[in-house]
Amino acid sequence: MLRDTWLLFRHGLGVTLGQRVGIVVGAIQPLLFLVLFGPIFVTIGTWETLVPGLIIQLGLMSAGMAGFGIVFDKRSGVLERLRVTPASRLALLLGRVLNNVVTLVIQTVLLLAVAYAFGLRAPLAGIAGGFVLIVVLGASLAALSYAIALTIDDHLFPPVMTTAVVPLILLSGSFLPMSMAPGWLDALSHISPFRYVLEALRDLFHGHYLTGTVAIGAAVTVVFAVFSLAIGTRVFNREQA
Amino acid sequence: MIIETSGLSKTFKGGVQAVAGVDMTVEPGEIVGFLGPNGAGKTTTMRMLTTLLRPTGGTATVAGHDLVREPAQVRRRIGYVAQGSGLPPVSPLRGELELQGMLYGLGRAEVAGRITDVLARLDLTGLADRAAVTLSGGQRRRFDIAFALLHEPVLLFLDEPTTGLDPQSRAGLWQHIRSLRDERGMTVFLTTHYLDEADALCDRIMIMDGGRIVAEGTPAELKRGGRTLDDVFLDITGRSLREESAMSGQGV
Repeated sequence: MLRDTWLLFRHGLGVTLGQRVGIVVGAIQPLLFLVLFGPIFVTIGTWETLVPGLIIQLGLMSAGMAGFGIVFDKRSGVLERLRVTPASRLALLLGRVLNNVVTLVIQTVLLLAVAYAFGLRAPLAGIAGGFVLIVVLGASLAALSYAIALTIDDHLFPPVMTTAVVPLILLSGSFLPMSMAPGWLDALSHISPFRYVLEALRDLFHGHYLTGTVAIGAAVTVVFAVFSLAIGTRVFNREQA
Repeated sequence: MIIETSGLSKTFKGGVQAVAGVDMTVEPGEIVGFLGPNGAGKTTTMRMLTTLLRPTGGTATVAGHDLVREPAQVRRRIGYVAQGSGLPPVSPLRGELELQGMLYGLGRAEVAGRITDVLARLDLTGLADRAAVTLSGGQRRRFDIAFALLHEPVLLFLDEPTTGLDPQSRAGLWQHIRSLRDERGMTVFLTTHYLDEADALCDRIMIMDGGRIVAEGTPAELKRGGRTLDDVFLDITGRSLREESAMSGQGV
């Protein structure tokens, strides 16, 4: 299983790294927000508040859209060809997910580098803690995205996902903290798991490590990961997936 | 027996019964053809035999292993070429072939050797560094077969291998399929809705209709009494095979 995962991961990574433009394009929206919206935001807030929001946006738009890749592999017959090999079904999922995680990490590093140039000054320990959350969140989002891509109709996947991602980003409080929202919206946003992860990232970026917010964010991330990976595995084990 | 099924059936969610109890046996080294109209259940049967679909009834042993209980063992011993292509459109094919071989447990050097051999056998030498979009239809089909041969399966499944190919490519592909059997003793199980293909290539034909095998025999046996396969098919199913094969739809 580990060997199969490694083989599939390495192969997929080769393809990903062969398309470097794709990595940048995948991060373009958060980068645009950073450059064109960030300077306005910091007149009322801080980079340490904004950048975690853009990381959540990046996670949803990069790992969350991972399912696109499998839609192509399904149409070209590549997925079915791999399913007839003795490769473990879990490896078929994990090989892809690891590749999406590496892509997300590269994109996050890019985003943080630009953010530093603009004035972000998060402590190194906070960034490191943030990456742990991002890696786990990215793996979960990718697994869930594959599960959705293999369950709903191929043609529905792009419009459904690109639409669904907008309220998820807004409800997590990516651009402006939910503490500024009216009561009903603040309440509504509590259904989004990404809100908790985001608030934990903000604490970490401000150098507050041992807070309840961080603990809750980490707990939500773990629960979301267990849920997403369980669903992803189930779908990959199912016939015709 | 390299394939043995008993009452193999598949009812999809929603109640459509695609395969309604198939009993068959295939001997090692045979080239067996599944002939039938679109929707007869050929592809569904093949997808069950290749572990892609779970049967809803019956039992099957494929290449010495129980289909449902030991799918991984079955997968190690079979090769499968699906109806559509299984090639990535834009990546160079060598990398994909390497991945495929290594997923069967082969080492890197071993895979490289196998790739060279298999491509030479299929007249594809020199094309491995190309991407599928740059190849002709016949070349792409042969690459599909190359992927299925890397691990030297004892049993090769081909789902409508020549659909959409020009006559010359079809004849060439038949030659390749025959030589796999003649030189390597490989068993080949294929579906087709081309009468001439079944006649020219297969040692034995099973005619499928409505999810069941409705007739079976060598081409000569089926044609006994001066009849053509077309006559036989018309008698059995009440439909003309030519009409069916002229239709462009895909099997279910």
